[in-house]
Amino acid sequence: MHPLLENQPNKQVLMLGNEAIARGAIEAGVAFAAAYPGTPSSEIALQFFQISKTTDLYFEYSANEKVALEVAAGAAMCGLRTMASMKHVGLNVASDALMTLAYTGVAGALVLVVADDPYMFSSQNEQDSRYYGKLSGLPILEPSTVAEAREMTVYAFDLSEELKLPVILRTTTRINHSSGVVTLGPMRKRQTKGDFIKDPFNYVCIPSVSRRLHPILLEKIETARTMAETSPWNRIEGEGKWGVICNGVSYGYVSDAIEELGFAADFKILRIGFSHPFPDARVSRFLEGCEKVLVAEEGEPYMEEAVRNCAHKAGLPVTIKGKGKGLFSRLYEFDPTLVKTAIAECFQLPVKHARPVPIADLPEAPPRPPNLCPGCPHRAAYVAVREVFGDDAVYPTDIGCYTLGLLPPLRMGDFLIAMGAGIGTAGGFARASGRKTVAFIGDSTFFHSGLSPLASAVYNNHDFTVVVLDNGTTGMTGHQPHPGVDLSHLNLDKKPISIEAAARGLGVEKVITVNPFHYKKTVDALRQIADYRGVSVLIARAPCPLYERGLPGFKKKRPFTVNEKTCGNHQSCTKTVACPAFFVEDARPRIDAQRCTGCALCAQVCPENAIVRVSEKGEAS
Amino acid sequence: MNITRLIIVAVGGQGNLLASKVLGEAACRQDIPVRMSEIHGMAQRGGVVESAMIFGDAHSTIISDGEADVLLGFEPLEALRALNKCNADTIVITSTSPLPPFTAAIGKGVYPDMAAIEAYIRPRVKSLITLDANALAVEAGNVLSVNMVLLGSLIGAGVLPLSDAAVREAIKDTTKAAFAEINLKAFDLGRAAVKG
Repeated sequence: MHPLLENQPNKQVLMLGNEAIARGAIEAGVAFAAAYPGTPSSEIALQFFQISKTTDLYFEYSANEKVALEVAAGAAMCGLRTMASMKHVGLNVASDALMTLAYTGVAGALVLVVADDPYMFSSQNEQDSRYYGKLSGLPILEPSTVAEAREMTVYAFDLSEELKLPVILRTTTRINHSSGVVTLGPMRKRQTKGDFIKDPFNYVCIPSVSRRLHPILLEKIETARTMAETSPWNRIEGEGKWGVICNGVSYGYVSDAIEELGFAADFKILRIGFSHPFPDARVSRFLEGCEKVLVAEEGEPYMEEAVRNCAHKAGLPVTIKGKGKGLFSRLYEFDPTLVKTAIAECFQLPVKHARPVPIADLPEAPPRPPNLCPGCPHRAAYVAVREVFGDDAVYPTDIGCYTLGLLPPLRMGDFLIAMGAGIGTAGGFARASGRKTVAFIGDSTFFHSGLSPLASAVYNNHDFTVVVLDNGTTGMTGHQPHPGVDLSHLNLDKKPISIEAAARGLGVEKVITVNPFHYKKTVDALRQIADYRGVSVLIARAPCPLYERGLPGFKKKRPFTVNEKTCGNHQSCTKTVACPAFFVEDARPRIDAQRCTGCALCAQVCPENAIVRVSEKGEAS
Repeated sequence: MNITRLIIVAVGGQGNLLASKVLGEAACRQDIPVRMSEIHGMAQRGGVVESAMIFGDAHSTIISDGEADVLLGFEPLEALRALNKCNADTIVITSTSPLPPFTAAIGKGVYPDMAAIEAYIRPRVKSLITLDANALAVEAGNVLSVNMVLLGSLIGAGVLPLSDAAVREAIKDTTKAAFAEINLKAFDLGRAAVKG
């Protein structure tokens, strides 16, 4: 049985934040869930994927976040309890559906988990999703701990059902990827079958309907505000004259700081967990008793603006601080020292700083950036593209493991903003610069957001090449399936879609598929494409080596080694291929047999053919 | 209760996330409050993987610069690089088995020798404990048990509020049954290696 299905209320279990959210959903009787993976949200979906294999919970990896939200919305319209989970930038993709789903509301429940990533550990930006609450009018809940993530998720379903609105559960990386002790709650039975009651003049958002639905949404927002005013998720601790208003993980840092600073009796904390609609009256009452207030929140001054608004409306002269020089920044994530220092600065308190050891003279050492794995087919494709198109071409790229191709010596990637935008921007680059343009996109990203820009490029007679780096999985986020992936080995009946057929169906006339580990054939195919005018697609297909080793029938290939007698020490292998299985010993390249996957790319690049497969006896052959 | 802050740094694939899970489970067995935070994402792509663990009555799940009581390095260069987390009272335990990053192979910097790393760390912190975790893992029967060797070193050095028995139980329950014997042997070798 999956550990999250354990029906033992009050049992204490150490869990990852994302497991706690999934557990909360299971306790609330979630019957239908969908997601597109994205760090730091991915492990939520992973739990549902596993649980759906042995229970009647329906889960799917949808092609993108918008589809995930929409499929969950359809099931919620039939009265089910549903969840869609995504990372912050995924909500940008889903937002079109979300904005008007707020007008129709839902018949059952829909909880949308959005995981923000302050500091951008694994993301292209650090946007603050709380503004989506304001933009859409939907309620937002923000847990401060892993234990609370479970409790709040359960509550989010009840709140959604009561208001007949989707509810946003907003987390940050340090909730999703922190672990803590969670007390299990009781399980509610899943209701997996619903019924759709037609009501087109409330559900079909033509202008005349929406004009009537918008005031209903505004009423619901006011109902939600009255709930936020008295919600136990917005709680006050202490009775001092100095106020600190905080949310999410900041609450933990604030609590620790006040304890350490030693003036606990002078402080009063307001922890906001139900942050949209903002509990104006409650905040005003909190401000009344304060001489000075500091708002501690990562990201944008979302609460700070609301708090200032409350003070203004109530005519309170209290000093309010938050973002600003010497206090908090809108950049990156907080940490305990940063918060302690800002509190000490704001309230003029003495602070004992930790004294990190001096490291200004730290010996220079080689950096350790993340890298494409040994045997990664993307490396092979990149080496071939560089050989044919060199530095002159423009290389818009996209989001996935292959973005790491940016790093030297591959240096493949000139522009990156969003999923699918590699193909989208390519037409602009090619037409405006007149330079050869080669856009890279992964297979999962192709189905996520690559289809529309490809259709648009064909129709508008653009001239560029798309290289689909097809490793047969969603690599970066942990090998989730996408619409091109066969899952019959897991006894899952899916209908995989051919990327070639999709490209041809969208009107691309030049489509070539290669195995990028067949280096010469790949270079030849690229040369053919170089002379072609119009939109061309090269599909570089070979499995992700990490994914492949978990597939049935996988056999490890014998590794390669450098034949010292024939090696001329040109180091083409380390300088152009730069596979992490190489190391340098006595100024000569060597191959770590433990790390080599036997892909043979370097052997084809070596000018002396000095890289050879280890024989079955373990010698150079 | 006293708060103990532990930072673990490793290279992706060395198994530090499992090691921190074992420590977390052991703390639960002893009813010691515990919170931990980790940065995944790049774990399988050769990058640095860092976990922070806080034992005792604190609310935070991460550790600021200079706040670590203990730094455990699965790899000596990464221990060196994480030194900003330490202060003059920090205890540093590190494996001496180097894993040179690929950047060294393409000529971006030279991997410092172990003596230089030790000479740099030792005078700056309360104490530096070193062990060849790879060799001990091989001795235990599986090179992949480096993480268990290093768990043993933490317990042997007595730097965490965790008991030997609780960690052993947690290893049995958290790691794969087929490897339990080797893992426990690795743990014992690591523990013995640092006991003064």
